[in-house]
Amino acid sequence: MTLRLTETIQQRFSQQVLLTHHSLGQETVVIDRAGLLLIAEFLRDDPHMRFDFLMDLTAVDYLKFGRTLSSAPTLKTPSPLPYFMKPKPSANPWQRGVSNDEFRFEVVYHFYSSEHNHRLRLKVPLNVADLSLASLTQLWASANWFEREVWDLFGITFNGHPNLRRILMYESFEGHPLRKDYPVRKRQPIIGPLN
Amino acid sequence: MADSPDVAKLNWMTTRIDAALGWARKFSIFQYPFVTACCGMEYMATATSHYDMDRFGAGFPRFSPRQADVLFVVGTISHKLAPVLKRVYDQMTEPKWVVAFGVCTCTGGFYDNYATVMGIDTIIPVDVYIPGCPPRPENVLDGLMKLQEKIAQGEKAPAAVLFSARPQEVGLPHRPEAHL
Repeated sequence: MTLRLTETIQQRFSQQVLLTHHSLGQETVVIDRAGLLLIAEFLRDDPHMRFDFLMDLTAVDYLKFGRTLSSAPTLKTPSPLPYFMKPKPSANPWQRGVSNDEFRFEVVYHFYSSEHNHRLRLKVPLNVADLSLASLTQLWASANWFEREVWDLFGITFNGHPNLRRILMYESFEGHPLRKDYPVRKRQPIIGPLN
Repeated sequence: MADSPDVAKLNWMTTRIDAALGWARKFSIFQYPFVTACCGMEYMATATSHYDMDRFGAGFPRFSPRQADVLFVVGTISHKLAPVLKRVYDQMTEPKWVVAFGVCTCTGGFYDNYATVMGIDTIIPVDVYIPGCPPRPENVLDGLMKLQEKIAQGEKAPAAVLFSARPQEVGLPHRPEAHL
């Protein structure tokens, strides 16, 4: 019997894989950011993986996840853990001692293999103290603009990116607008009044 | 009155120069379609043969602002694009008119966020607003006819440029490799 993709990765990278789950044929692996390049290279080059297509790369801000509007946190109040990190009775070692403020952001990769016709979702939770991550531009060229977009809108740095500049917003724009603590009413027009 | 000629028998007529100019201008609209979004499809539907904008003398869009006299702003304008729109408007020669096509250009439409200009009249003066998301072709033609009336009467939106300063060049360095 062939193993699921998640099981193969779990067995091979038990140190770096934090969590795996699958539902309705969608397979997800949550990994530690230190193992990103290692696992990405494996996903691209292993004959059973052959993920030749990085379909999507985006990020999620969990700042207000699971909160009602009235209890929406500020930066100082702790944010809840993402759904897959809710502490269980038998918490994994990496979950213990994790304060709620950590792992506010999460970078999500979607891979597709045109050879095996299978897909994989890779998630990398990021500690707010250090929002940086290895760049995948050396492995998939499509990561270039995706990572620029994530940096532009979320402010997550990708180490090793050849040209990490804003791609959607203008260069005089201040802040990262898709962060949940970016003021909803804030406008930064280049010309014209603050409408 | 016996000395005066019988006007009805003469082969000429009198008019005012501005009325004649207005009449001529309203049937020779050279529009510049500044198309940025989905409203562009509706603009094309109106311009082509089924609704036939050419009936109103506006059948020949010019894609250089220097050759155009009506600026059709069709689609959402973002803050990043606003200096471009302002520059295109500045490049048009007088007399010139501006049509805001669709709610995004009129008011920002359903966009109310960090990226979108809430109505192009915060940047340039607008003569005719055509609301709709997108506007029906009949709606567009109605707006076009209202613009024709305005042109014929020699009216214009307040020509005073809202912002006397030229659009800042935003301090953007020239980077030919910027897309890489």
